[in-house]
Amino acid sequence: MKALVYINTNHFAAKASFEAVTYAKKLGGEVTVVAYGNAAGAEALGAYGANKVLVESSINEADNQQITRLVASAVEATGAEVVIFSHDLVAKAVAPRLSVRLKAGLISGAIALPETGNGFTCKVNVFSGKAFGNVAVKTAVKIISLLPNSIQPENVGGTAIVETFNGNMGAVAIKVMDTKKPEGSIPLPEADLVVSAGRGLKGPENWGIVEDLANVLGAATACSRPVADIGWRPHHEHVGQTGVAIRPNLYIAAGISGAIQHLAGVNGSKVIVVINSDSEAPFFKAADYGIVGDAFEVLPKLTEALKNFKNAN
Amino acid sequence: MNILVCISKSPDTTSKIAFTDGNTKFDENGVQYIVNPYDEWYALVRALELKETIGGNVTIITVGNAADESIIRKALAIGADNAVRIDAEPTDAFFVATQIADYAKKNNFDLVLTGKETINYNGSQVAGMVAEFLDVPFASQASKLDVNGTTLTLEQEIVGGLQIVEVSTPAVVSCAKGMAEQRIPNMRGIMAARTKPLEVIAPSAVEVYTSFESYSLPDAKKACRMIDPSNMAELVDLLHNEAKVI
Ligand SMILES: Cc1cc2nc3c(=O)[nH]c(=O)nc-3n(C[C@H](O)[C@H](O)[C@H](O)COP(=O)(O)OP(=O)(O)OC[C@H]3O[C@@H](n4cnc5c(N)ncnc54)[C@H](O)[C@@H]3O)c2cc1C
Repeated sequence: MKALVYINTNHFAAKASFEAVTYAKKLGGEVTVVAYGNAAGAEALGAYGANKVLVESSINEADNQQITRLVASAVEATGAEVVIFSHDLVAKAVAPRLSVRLKAGLISGAIALPETGNGFTCKVNVFSGKAFGNVAVKTAVKIISLLPNSIQPENVGGTAIVETFNGNMGAVAIKVMDTKKPEGSIPLPEADLVVSAGRGLKGPENWGIVEDLANVLGAATACSRPVADIGWRPHHEHVGQTGVAIRPNLYIAAGISGAIQHLAGVNGSKVIVVINSDSEAPFFKAADYGIVGDAFEVLPKLTEALKNFKNAN
Repeated sequence: MNILVCISKSPDTTSKIAFTDGNTKFDENGVQYIVNPYDEWYALVRALELKETIGGNVTIITVGNAADESIIRKALAIGADNAVRIDAEPTDAFFVATQIADYAKKNNFDLVLTGKETINYNGSQVAGMVAEFLDVPFASQASKLDVNGTTLTLEQEIVGGLQIVEVSTPAVVSCAKGMAEQRIPNMRGIMAARTKPLEVIAPSAVEVYTSFESYSLPDAKKACRMIDPSNMAELVDLLHNEAKVI
């Protein structure tokens, strides 16, 4: 199937973009990428299977209405049958708009390649990660928004042809007044490794040992809901049923009890390590590796052991 | 300001998730339904706060059958002025968005608010679809919303950070944490909710775009391997050689 992949500005080297292009490549047809802004580095997506990258380079900022128009015109220009997004904040705004505009069914939060033997169905996360659903799409054009960390990027070599594209994006309706991006931090939903802590850490002044571990690992940091609610940590770190749902390769939880609402957002993690002083904490039932101990002692020891490991490897 | 708040039901967060009919239907046995937390805590409460400061009307809308009137009464008890129920089983996001957009088009709202997603289907789809149907701007996942005349000022999450944006009404906004604080309905609200207007409207015909064919549950975890707190080198070794995640 001919596929079109939307990639965010300046995300040509992001793992989530490699995943989306790999996914498109596996659909077996020609793969075109559409993006806007600075085209530098776009050809590198060829390594993951993109044949061509169309870049609308006349603008640097676009709102979701404009991006929708851009992707719609790229679908028209390429005759794409499937449109792929990485399921991030931009996709969550653009993909639904595009669904209405193109009269194309949307699969939101796909975690696997589609089954095409009998119709077109795709596996998604539902009930905040407590279950999976198989969604069938009945429309001619399909839109898939792929959850980060759902498939392994495959570097097959090659470079893509980069072309300028005039996407008829129309006027801006959302004016950006200010942007705050913390330097160097890893966006939680895309992180491979996550270190998380809860009320067991007793206070915000104790997060140094959490951050030390995260730094050694190159991990993002997360927290339980009460910790964000009392303001010990920023809201965007709150994971769980009413926070961010993540599926990293490794989730390390210290001083978190493992309430059902917390588990909902993290049980898609491949490997879970739980550090808790209470051997009866429910989180151990969902863990792969457990340590019954005081987080204030265990975390620095784990950090130390990882440093030794990194030095030796 | 004339505000439409979209509310959905969702199973209580402690519900056991199971399926029936050959894994094709969610098992509602013993499940308690609540107003989807993002819709209630953030979208509805912020709408009420705006009404309290600048005046106007707050209408809630849900697509669902008669059994869903309990969540409608809850939202009215919290303070919405009137309610609309589109009388249909909400089969997919496109169906729901079509119904809401059809109603919104006929009733001239300045602002349509939704939660950022439901906690059962997690689609984040309805708000964006409604915005496209109405051909208006859409601010997604807003954590703050202020109104000055016809200008909305919003704080919203973006990939890797936060952004302050301005949008003119009419607009659609999906609401995330930070926007407001949960309100518990009081006795007077609960009494008043019984007599507030609830309009039941027949659905428009919609082409089926997507459908849930079946469900499954994650594989049971194998037993947790316990590691001595004094032996973190062993954990590191297991993460490297056995789990292969570092
Ligand atoms: C509608 C609803 C939605 C919710 N959504 C979410 C959500 O999205 N995400 C979420 O996280 N929660 C959510 N919750 C809250 C959830 O039910 C729990 O209350 C919460 O997850 C508990 O956070 P915690 O584990 O940090 O704190 P606690 O439950 O207080 O647990 C602290 C843990 O730390 C351990 N501990 C204490 N001292 C130490 C030490 N020195 N070393 C090691 N361990 C120690 C304790 O044994 C305990 O297990 C929700 C609740 C409701 C009702």
